[in-house]
Amino acid sequence: MTQPVTPAAPEGSVAPDRSGALSTSSRGTRVLGALSLVGLVVLVLFSFAFSKPDAELGESIRIMYVHVSTVTAAYCLMLASAGFSIFAMWKRSQFADLAAHSTAEVATLLLGLTVVVGAIWGRMTWGVFWTWDARLTSTAILFLMYVGYLAVRSLPAGFRARSVRSGVVNLLAAAMIPVVRESVNWWASLHQNETALTLDPSISGLQYFTLMLSMVVFAVLAVWMVVHRFRVAWLEDQLSEVGLDAAIEARRKEAVGVVS
Amino acid sequence: MDPVVHLNSTVALAGRFPALAGVDLSVQPGEIVWLRGPNGAGKTTLLRLCAGLVPVAKGEARVLGVDLRTDRRSIRTRVGLLGHASGLYDELSVAENVRFWARCCGADPHEAEAAMERVDLAPRLRDLPVDRLSSGQRRRASLAAMLVRRPRLWLLDEPHAGLDSDARELVDRLMVEASEVGVTTLFASHELDRAAEVALRQVVIAGGVVVEDRSMREEAR
Amino acid sequence: MIRDALVIAGKDLRLEARSKVAVSQVLPFVLAVVLLFGFALDGESQVLQRVASGLFWATVLFAAVLVVQRSAAVERADGVTDALRMTALHPGGIFLGKVVSLLAQLLVVDVTLGLAMVVLYDVALSGVLLLTTCALLGSVAVAAAGALYGPLVAGARHRDTLLPLLMLPVLAPVLLAGARGFEIALGRGVGGGWQWAGMLGIVAGVYLALGIAVWGPLLEDT
Repeated sequence: MTQPVTPAAPEGSVAPDRSGALSTSSRGTRVLGALSLVGLVVLVLFSFAFSKPDAELGESIRIMYVHVSTVTAAYCLMLASAGFSIFAMWKRSQFADLAAHSTAEVATLLLGLTVVVGAIWGRMTWGVFWTWDARLTSTAILFLMYVGYLAVRSLPAGFRARSVRSGVVNLLAAAMIPVVRESVNWWASLHQNETALTLDPSISGLQYFTLMLSMVVFAVLAVWMVVHRFRVAWLEDQLSEVGLDAAIEARRKEAVGVVS
Repeated sequence: MDPVVHLNSTVALAGRFPALAGVDLSVQPGEIVWLRGPNGAGKTTLLRLCAGLVPVAKGEARVLGVDLRTDRRSIRTRVGLLGHASGLYDELSVAENVRFWARCCGADPHEAEAAMERVDLAPRLRDLPVDRLSSGQRRRASLAAMLVRRPRLWLLDEPHAGLDSDARELVDRLMVEASEVGVTTLFASHELDRAAEVALRQVVIAGGVVVEDRSMREEAR
Repeated sequence: MIRDALVIAGKDLRLEARSKVAVSQVLPFVLAVVLLFGFALDGESQVLQRVASGLFWATVLFAAVLVVQRSAAVERADGVTDALRMTALHPGGIFLGKVVSLLAQLLVVDVTLGLAMVVLYDVALSGVLLLTTCALLGSVAVAAAGALYGPLVAGARHRDTLLPLLMLPVLAPVLLAGARGFEIALGRGVGGGWQWAGMLGIVAGVYLALGIAVWGPLLEDT
């Protein structure tokens, strides 16, 4: 039988921790993680304590700090994911395929978070959890599209088949992002009601700073999650891979003893 | 003469599993080669590789002069693959199927009649939907769909399986007739008696490699 | 490529004519939906006429899932995919052929559904040019999405529930644009109907382009 093979890992990315088990953290991610944590704490301070309630939106502007950042980070990740998918299909790269998956998964999480936070905001402002606001509706549709991507990803299939199938779904979902947004925007403009969550350009000073801070913090957090997710995916894939030469050897042994 | 099939230490993967672990095989035009071996040995994968359906992971592979490592697609219309499945649309008639597949491969759909004639498919069956045929008749229909394309290399996976004796003789006769005009045949079969009669050469495959390769002519009958 | 598309479209349509699934199963489904919503909305013609546009497109999407499932199931039968790989057909051509055959079936659904609504919901027809354009472009978009996703989930185990999850969110803009376009054509909506028709055209174009581009790898590797 073949000997157990330690999974090959990207350079410097996987290191045994004190107990000897493999972990996906590294100096890089520890730095990112620490930054995220500190950033989140600072953000909370700024958004709840330091900045003042907005003249128009009241206390609920605090939610906006989170809502806008999660959706922005999600969009960036979705674009990155589409790029990785194209590369994976074109160059048959395993790295790109797993990167596409990790970014898409974190993006889905952030999209879901956006919808939830948006619902809470709606509840606070108008007492309803859902409003047929353009952004909320587009985000919900995009969320479902990417859930579909994850579903296709989880189908049992060979590496190549999974990579091509999910790549196609990813590309379609990404191509539809502008279409979904535009069409829902047109639609919402017809109704001319709740102009919810429009980024009021007249916010300034501390509020503006808090918003920018929030975007940065969530971006760092997103990257941290993607890196970890990617490494987990890499390890999962490696675990099912036996060194090709060893497998060939084992296969050839089957032939021994077969006489015509 | 250039070999029709030339494999040198060819490795082919099914997922991550090496179905072929280093096959060496060279087949001249007009030969009828019998592939033997236990189940899971890699016979089907070998046939599919020669058809250009399976990518070459390592080693060399040339079929009909085409290097399969760089170009698997162009070979496909020039070979005929007969697998376990029928490759026919159940709800269309035999004639419609043969004509359709002819059109797809750039062959003349009017040759469909001749192809069905060659496989002894009774005229009354030709316009019946495929799902109304018996398995033997379906095999003949699949053969007709292959013949209409006039492939130079035949790759047959268990061509005798499930056929009655008439149909088996037909398959053998077709292989011999084809070999006389320079068409090469590789077929995998578990039917020892039948295969021994028609094959010129016997290749035993096990564990993804060729373990034995001998000419049948040595065994005088 | 076009020639290949016609070969495939011809085969698909002949198969459909032989098996008549679209006619015998999907059309009754569509009629059932129209009737059921009539009941659900208490037969009030005011309400029914208001919802007709949206309901039309929602029903088209659901019917499309059925049609696509059927079309994909045919290709799964008995080694036919391998046989397709063994041909000289251009993958983009195969894709277009499937789009054409799906489109033909969807147009039959569109017409039947439209007639049913005119009769049962007492919808007054107007703006026929806009209606037809929207229906045509929207159906092309739906057919293209179906031709892409159908084979994609074809090899998969839980394909029946996966296909709607994949197709419906991605076709949401078609539903939106189609419904609004219809409303304007029927004199109920506000704004420019041809804007929505344009949106439908864009979606159709995106899908067709993507489908032609990725069908090769999809056929090869899955």
